[in-house]
Amino acid sequence: MSAAQWRRAMNSSAAAAVAARGQSPSAAVHAARPGPATPASTEGASWRWLRSIAGAIGARHVIVLVALLVYPFVATPFFTYQIGAQSLALGLIALSLTFLGGYGGMVSLAQMTIAGFAAYMLAIFGASSNVAISLGWPWWLALVVAVVLATILAAAIGWLSVRTEGIYTIMITLAVGVAFFYLAQQNYTLFNGFQGFSRIAAPTIGELELRQPVPFYFLVLACALAGYFFVKHLIRAPFGIALQGIRDNPRRMHSLGYDVTAHRVGAYAVAGLLAAVGGILMVWYNGRISPGTVGIGAMVNILIVAVLGGMKHPIGAFIGAIVFVLLQNFAIDLVDRERFNLVIGGVFLAIVLFSPDGLLGLWQSLRTRASARFTHRGTSRTHQ
Amino acid sequence: MSRARRMFARSLVGAAAVFAVVGLAHAQDTLKIGLLATLEGPFAAGGQDGMRGADLALKQKNGMAGGKKIEFIKVSSDATPDKAVGSTRKAVEQDKVQIMIGPLSGDEGIAVKNYAKTQPNITFVNGSSGAQATTLADPAPNFYRFNTEGAQWMVGLGEHALGKGYKRMFLISEDYGFPYSQVQGFMASYCAKGGKVVDKAWVPLGTKDYASVIAKIPKDVDALLVVLGGSDAVNFLTQYEQTGGDKPMIGGSITVDQTVLNFKGKRRESLLGTASAGPMADSIDTPEWKKFVADYKANFKDGFPSPSLFAYLYYINTKATLDALDAVKGDLSNGQKAYREALQKTDFKGPAGEVKIDANRNGVGTTYITEVAKAADGSFYNKVVKSVPNISQTLGLPEADFKKMGLGSRDVPDCRK
Amino acid sequence: MTTRRMTRGQWGLWLLFGGPVAVFVVWAVSDNPPLFFKTLLNGLTLASLYFLVASGFTLVFGLMRNVNLAHGSLYLFGAYVGWFVGEHTGSWVLAVFAGFLSAALLGLLMQLLVFRHMQGQDLRQTLVTIGLSIVLADLMLWIWGGEIYTFDPPSWIYGSTTLPLINKFPTYRLMVLLASIVIGVGLWLLLARTRIGMMIRAGVDDRGMLAASGVNVQLVFALTFAIGAGLAGLAGVVGGTALSISPGEDTRYLLASLVVVIVGGMGSVVGAAIGALLIGLAEQFGLAYAPTYSVVFTFVIMVVALAFKPRGLMGKAT
Repeated sequence: MSAAQWRRAMNSSAAAAVAARGQSPSAAVHAARPGPATPASTEGASWRWLRSIAGAIGARHVIVLVALLVYPFVATPFFTYQIGAQSLALGLIALSLTFLGGYGGMVSLAQMTIAGFAAYMLAIFGASSNVAISLGWPWWLALVVAVVLATILAAAIGWLSVRTEGIYTIMITLAVGVAFFYLAQQNYTLFNGFQGFSRIAAPTIGELELRQPVPFYFLVLACALAGYFFVKHLIRAPFGIALQGIRDNPRRMHSLGYDVTAHRVGAYAVAGLLAAVGGILMVWYNGRISPGTVGIGAMVNILIVAVLGGMKHPIGAFIGAIVFVLLQNFAIDLVDRERFNLVIGGVFLAIVLFSPDGLLGLWQSLRTRASARFTHRGTSRTHQ
Repeated sequence: MSRARRMFARSLVGAAAVFAVVGLAHAQDTLKIGLLATLEGPFAAGGQDGMRGADLALKQKNGMAGGKKIEFIKVSSDATPDKAVGSTRKAVEQDKVQIMIGPLSGDEGIAVKNYAKTQPNITFVNGSSGAQATTLADPAPNFYRFNTEGAQWMVGLGEHALGKGYKRMFLISEDYGFPYSQVQGFMASYCAKGGKVVDKAWVPLGTKDYASVIAKIPKDVDALLVVLGGSDAVNFLTQYEQTGGDKPMIGGSITVDQTVLNFKGKRRESLLGTASAGPMADSIDTPEWKKFVADYKANFKDGFPSPSLFAYLYYINTKATLDALDAVKGDLSNGQKAYREALQKTDFKGPAGEVKIDANRNGVGTTYITEVAKAADGSFYNKVVKSVPNISQTLGLPEADFKKMGLGSRDVPDCRK
Repeated sequence: MTTRRMTRGQWGLWLLFGGPVAVFVVWAVSDNPPLFFKTLLNGLTLASLYFLVASGFTLVFGLMRNVNLAHGSLYLFGAYVGWFVGEHTGSWVLAVFAGFLSAALLGLLMQLLVFRHMQGQDLRQTLVTIGLSIVLADLMLWIWGGEIYTFDPPSWIYGSTTLPLINKFPTYRLMVLLASIVIGVGLWLLLARTRIGMMIRAGVDDRGMLAASGVNVQLVFALTFAIGAGLAGLAGVVGGTALSISPGEDTRYLLASLVVVIVGGMGSVVGAAIGALLIGLAEQFGLAYAPTYSVVFTFVIMVVALAFKPRGLMGKAT
C-alpha cells in the first residue's frame, strides 16, 4: 500500500482536516517540538497530542457538540427521552456493529444479543420486579458484572465465528442470536421466559435521579461520546490499523507476523463492550427486558441502523439511529397506520440500492461536488 | 446514479418538512384519547378488529363525550412490550392524550401498567389484554380493566367437561403467560371436583408441527384440553385429524374463536362440537348482543362476519371510558379525580352481560360456555350452551384458597393423580 | 475419484457426536417403540419439506453467491398465489403449479432488475434481499391480510394410512416425502446429466471460465434464480397444505432454509438433503423428548457445525 492509500484507508477527518489546511501531519509535529534535551521530548509528546487534537477540531464538531449539549433544554421531555436518549443508546449498539463490520470486515448480527445479554445480567444480578430470581446486588456492582460477562460472551462468539467470513459470519451470528432468543423465551429459572424482567430503572446517585429525562439524556450522551471517541482513537491505534489490514488482506497480515485470530477475537470483544454498555442503557431506558428485545426483528434493526448511516465512519451509526427512531415514531403520522413497516423497509432498500455507504455516503458525495478542496477523497469505496 | 442520489436527498428533506408541519397541526377543544392496538405481526387482524370495536363505541355516541369532540390518536405495536410502551409514551408525552386505551396482548398490558405508574395524571384503560398479573400483582391505581382476564374466561368450563364425562384429560398448550392463566381458570374447579389432568404438553410459542406432540397423547384420556391460539390452533386441529385422532377436544378462549373458525380454506367437520369458554360468543341470544352485531356489520363492511373477541373487548372498555366522561361532563381536572370515581362506579349492560369492576379495578363479568356448531349457510360459529355470571378474579374459589394457589404457571395448578 | 481414509480426528468427531445419539436411540426404542418410530417418520417427513424449501436456496447461492434472504418471502408469495388459484379453480394440483410459476416469475424479475447490477458485491446483495423481504412481507400482509389460509388437497392425499407398528400416519406427509425424493432426484439429474446442469456446475466452480467459453452467463443466472425461486413457491403450496400459511411463515422457513443449507453446505444439493435430515430429525425428536429447549437445539447444531466446518459440512472451499 502506498502512503497516500494508507492515509485514505485511515479515512479519519483528522487526517483530512490537516491535509486540507495544506499541512502534513509530520510538518505539524515538527512545528510543535519546543526545545532540545530529554524532558522536552516527553513535553513534546503531549504538545504534539494537544496540537493534533486542536488541529482536528473543526467548526462542525463544535457546532454538533454544542447542539447535543443544549438539546434537552430546548426540546420537550418526550423528545429528549424517547428520541434523543433512545437514538444515542441505539446508536451506541449500532456503533459496535459499525466498528466490527466497517473496520473489521465482520458483519455480525449478534450485537443486539450481546446488548440483551448484558441487560439480562443486570436484571438478574441487580434489582427488578422478579424477586425470586434477581439477586439484588448494588447497582454499580451488578453493572460491572453484567458488562464483564457480556464482553466475555462477545469474545466467545468471536472465537466461534473467527474462522468464518463474509456471509457465513452473518449466518453464524444470526444462529447464535436466534438460539439465545429461544433460550431466553423458554427458560424460566434464570431468564423468566416470555415475561422477562420489569422495573429495572436507572439508579439514583445522591440527589440525581438518573431516570428523569434530562439527567438520563446526559448519561447516555456521555456514554455515546465516550464510545465514539474510543472508537475513533482505536481505529488509528496500532490495533485498529492492524484490524483494518486484516480486513483488507488477512493472508498478507498473517505473513507479516500479525496474529489474525487474536486481533479478530479482540475486535469482537471491543464491539461486545460497546454493545454491552448500549444494552445497559437500553434496559434502563425501557425499564424492562424480555425475549422480544433480542428477537430477529431487533437484531436486523441494528444492521439496518448501521447500514442506513453508513459503515465507513463511527458517526454513521448515530446518524442512522436518529433517522430510524424518528421514522419509527413518526411514520405512523405520515402514512396509513398499518403500513409503516413498508416505509422503513422501503427506506432501507432505497439506501442500499442507491447509496450503499448510507446517508454518510450521500453526504460525502454532496460535499465532494460542493467544494474542490476535498478532491483527494474521490469516489467512495464500496464494500467487498 | 447521481440523479437518483439527488432525488433521494431531496425527498429526505421533503419528508423532514412534512414531519415538522404535521407536528404543528392540532385541533382545538377536542379531547384526545390514545388508542393502542397491535397492527403489526401475528395479531394484526385482531388489532384491526379491536380498533373497529373502539370506533363503534365512539360512533354510537356521535363522536362526542362529556360535551367535547373526541379524537382517537391511534398508535400501534407489534405485540412486544417494548414497542407497546414506546407507542404509549409517544401518545401520552408527544401527542398529549389525557386518556389511554390499550393494549391488546397480555404481556404488553403488564408493561403499560408499569408505565402508567410513572404518569399518575393520565388514566389508562385496558384494551383487550388478559393477563392475571396486570391487576393481581402490583397494580397501578390509574389502570382500569373493564374486561375479565384469561383465567376468568375459563371458569365453568371445568364443570361442563365433567358433565360430559371427561374425567381424565391431556393438556396441549402454548408455553407462556396467557395460557397459564387459562389453564388455571379451567383447572381451578375441574380439579376441585375430581377431574384429573394427567399430563401437560407445553409447546414453545410458534410451533407449527405438532406431529410429535400428537404422538405423545396417551391412549387412556377422555378428552384433550387444547389451549392454542391463531394459526397454531388451526395447524394442530388439521394435523390431529390427519393422524386419525378422534378424541373430543375442549378449547381455550382463542382456540376456536372467530379468527380460527374463519380461516380461509375448507372447514373441517371434526371441529364441530368442540367446547370452549370466553367472555362472549357469536350467538348470544340477547337483544343487546344482537344490536351490537348489527351495528358492527352495518359500520364495517370489511370486518369479520361477526365481531371478534378483540372487537368486543375494546368496545366495552371504550364505552366505559366514554360513559364516565359523560357522567362527569368532561371534567378531567384535579388529577382526573372525579373521572376516576365515575369509572369505578361504572355499571352498565354491555352486549355480553354486565360490565363493572371490582375494588382492584379489574372486570367482574360473565363467562359463556360454547360449542362449535354449523349455521344454516354452512359457516361455523360458537353456540352458547351456558352462561356463568359474576365471575371475579378469585375464580369462584374462596379468596384465601386462591391466594395460596398463586398465579398460574407451568406447574400451578397440578392434579395428575 | 480417490477414497479418503478417515483420520483419527474424524473418527474422534464421529464418536463424540455419534456416541450419545446411539445411546439415545437404544434407550428410546426400548422405552416406547411406537413413539420413537412415529417421531422418526415425522422427522423424515419434516426434513423432506425443509429440503424442498432449501434446495432452491442452495442452488442460488452455489451459483451466484447470492444469499437470498427474501427466499422466505418467495415461499409465502407462491403459497398465497397458489391458494388463490386453488380457490378459484378448485384444483390443488393447479395451485401447486401456480405457486411454482408465480414465485419463479417474481424471482426472475428480482434477478433481472436488481441483482444483475450487483454481481460480486455479496454484502450489498444480502442487504438488498433483507430490504426486499421486509417490503414484500408488508405488501403481502396488505393484500391478503393477517388471516390463516389452508389448502384443500384431494381427499385421497388427505386422510391417514395405516402403517405397521405406528398405526395411523398422515398420508399427506408420506406424499411430501415422496415428492421431495422425486424433486431431489430430478434436481440431481438436472445438475449432473444435462447441458444446463453442466453449465451451472461449471459456473459454480469458475464463473470467469464459463463466460470465456462463450456461454451466456446472465441467461444461466436468470434461469437458475427462476428455478430456485420457483422451488420456494412450490414448497410454499406443499408446506402450506401441511402447516397452513399466515404472516410470519416467511421468516420461519427462511431460518429453516438457512440452518439446513449452512449445516449441509451451500451449493450442494446432497448437502441440503443431509442438512434437512439433521434438522428435521433434531426438531421432531426435540419436540417429542425435550420440548422446552427443542428450538434452541436446532440453532445450536448450526453454530456447532459452522464452528467446526466454517463452510458447512459438505461445503467446498473456494
